[in-house]
Amino acid sequence: MSDHIFRPETLAIHAGQVPDRETGARALPIYQTTSFVFDSAEHAAALFNLQTFGNVYSRLSNPTVAALEERVAALEGGRAAVASASGMAAEAMALMTLLQAGDHVVAAGALYGGSVSLLAVSLAKFGITTTFVDATRPDAFAAAIRPETRAVFAESLGNPSLTVLDIAAVADVAHAHGLPLVIDNTVPSPYLCNPLALGADIVVHSATKYLGGHGTTLGGVIVEGGRFDWGNGKFPGMTEPSAGYHGVKFFETFGDFAFAMRARMETLRIYGAALSPQSAWQILQGVETLPLRMERHCRNALQVARHLQSHPLVSWVNYPGLPDHPQHALVQKQMRQADGVPGASGLLAFGVKGDAAAGVRFIEAAQFMSHLANIGDTRTLVIHPASTTHRQLDEAQQRAAGATPDLVRLSVGLEHIDDILWDIDQALAAAAR
Amino acid sequence: MPSPSSTTPAPHPGDDPALLRRILRECRTIAVVGLSAEWHRPSYFAAKYMQGKGYRILPVNPRYAGQQVLDMPCVARLEDLAEPIDMVDCFRKADDVGPLADAAISLGAKCLWQQLGVMNLQADAKVRQAGLHSVMNRCVKIEHARLFGGLHWAGVNTGVISAKRREA
Repeated sequence: MSDHIFRPETLAIHAGQVPDRETGARALPIYQTTSFVFDSAEHAAALFNLQTFGNVYSRLSNPTVAALEERVAALEGGRAAVASASGMAAEAMALMTLLQAGDHVVAAGALYGGSVSLLAVSLAKFGITTTFVDATRPDAFAAAIRPETRAVFAESLGNPSLTVLDIAAVADVAHAHGLPLVIDNTVPSPYLCNPLALGADIVVHSATKYLGGHGTTLGGVIVEGGRFDWGNGKFPGMTEPSAGYHGVKFFETFGDFAFAMRARMETLRIYGAALSPQSAWQILQGVETLPLRMERHCRNALQVARHLQSHPLVSWVNYPGLPDHPQHALVQKQMRQADGVPGASGLLAFGVKGDAAAGVRFIEAAQFMSHLANIGDTRTLVIHPASTTHRQLDEAQQRAAGATPDLVRLSVGLEHIDDILWDIDQALAAAAR
Repeated sequence: MPSPSSTTPAPHPGDDPALLRRILRECRTIAVVGLSAEWHRPSYFAAKYMQGKGYRILPVNPRYAGQQVLDMPCVARLEDLAEPIDMVDCFRKADDVGPLADAAISLGAKCLWQQLGVMNLQADAKVRQAGLHSVMNRCVKIEHARLFGGLHWAGVNTGVISAKRREA
């Protein structure tokens, strides 16, 4: 092994998987098994004590799932990763490993609706409180930090608000208070943005979206950067003997992948939201083509955004890849160029002229753009968040999350750009009737 | 931690994966200084793992001198060892590493390995000047598992990109 630095296109295909030792199979085998035999009672004891690494039970680890974990860790430039049954499970795993009753989180207000519910409702039931702040203002994060704050949480690119987070600035705020910055990097995918390189400490993904890319399979991943000092006094769960795993001191024992090990052994093992090997395999089929797909998603989305900007039936367009977007400079700083266009993902939002009902008419008139609650599919997807993904929130929360009543969100797919523009035009014409 | 760049260690020969691989291939007899007999301590974890991978582990710890640790006789000091060693693996605080570096040189060891969280720069410079390999702030077990396979199962980014079957 030399010190050659492999690029994301290569990592997306190779990282985490070498030919099978037993059979020489070049593609990844699906290890569809719940359990793994021990060589001896001694070997079993060493595995349970974490004194050797290996597979015990697929709720903890599985060889097919491990290939996905290492691949995403490599694409993010992280130290280690842990996969989970869905993106929400990944986010819950990251936060439940970090936090306990009495702790406080400072989070961006412009978040995916499920994330708002997790923080504002589900974790609140366990005595963990959250203050939501304006994601465009690093000083707002600083002002909301309290003595009991233990994490800062935000999305690199907000869904559906498309707010771009100044990751380095917010990381500085978090680190000045001895706190880890947790970033949901689902929308850019690890091809367009690597938050760990910008100072974030933990990345979470819904692998259901661009990583898989095919809209067939749920999955999630957390990635640990390996640079955060868990020994700063604020995280006794990382430094003191673990009550959840017979006295192991995770930070002392595992160093720069201590958080990933603790998430796996304390949280994943006990709450049980493990990813199935079959699902890991399907997601990996998508990951192999992630760089190619992201380039096309970005190129198509930029053309759609430009088209909508000049469309008489559209009142506004929000796409951070447009040069006149207020955060375009941040996109250029933080996100990879995709085939010569800014890497702002395939997500964009716009307002259909008229009332909220016009937006609903647009969606219903679409011919092949699919009305559903997902993003990052090969297919172009369209949704009205205020009446679907964000309907559990009241209007103030919806606005805080960037889901205004007239907002229509497009997840621009990989169909031919002329066909996408044709479907948009005919649906807009129908909405205006 | 102010920024990632300020915490990234400067390049050190002991951080080169190729050299780490060579060290772990060549150093088969390891004196583990500060080896605990308590199963949940990192030193016991690491030494037990290495023993399981075929390395000869020689325990060095005055607390257990004359007793057996990991089924091997424990001595108080490196100088009390009755056989040649390839590596001195230090589970001691950085201030205690100086004399261990001297002993590693005089005993003809090939490598001084300072464990996670242990970085004695003077000892590092001294052994390197004497022609030994030097590794700091790394766990011998974690590096073995990273470079030779096992850590892959724990979702760790091993950096291995290859079309050859994984080594056993």
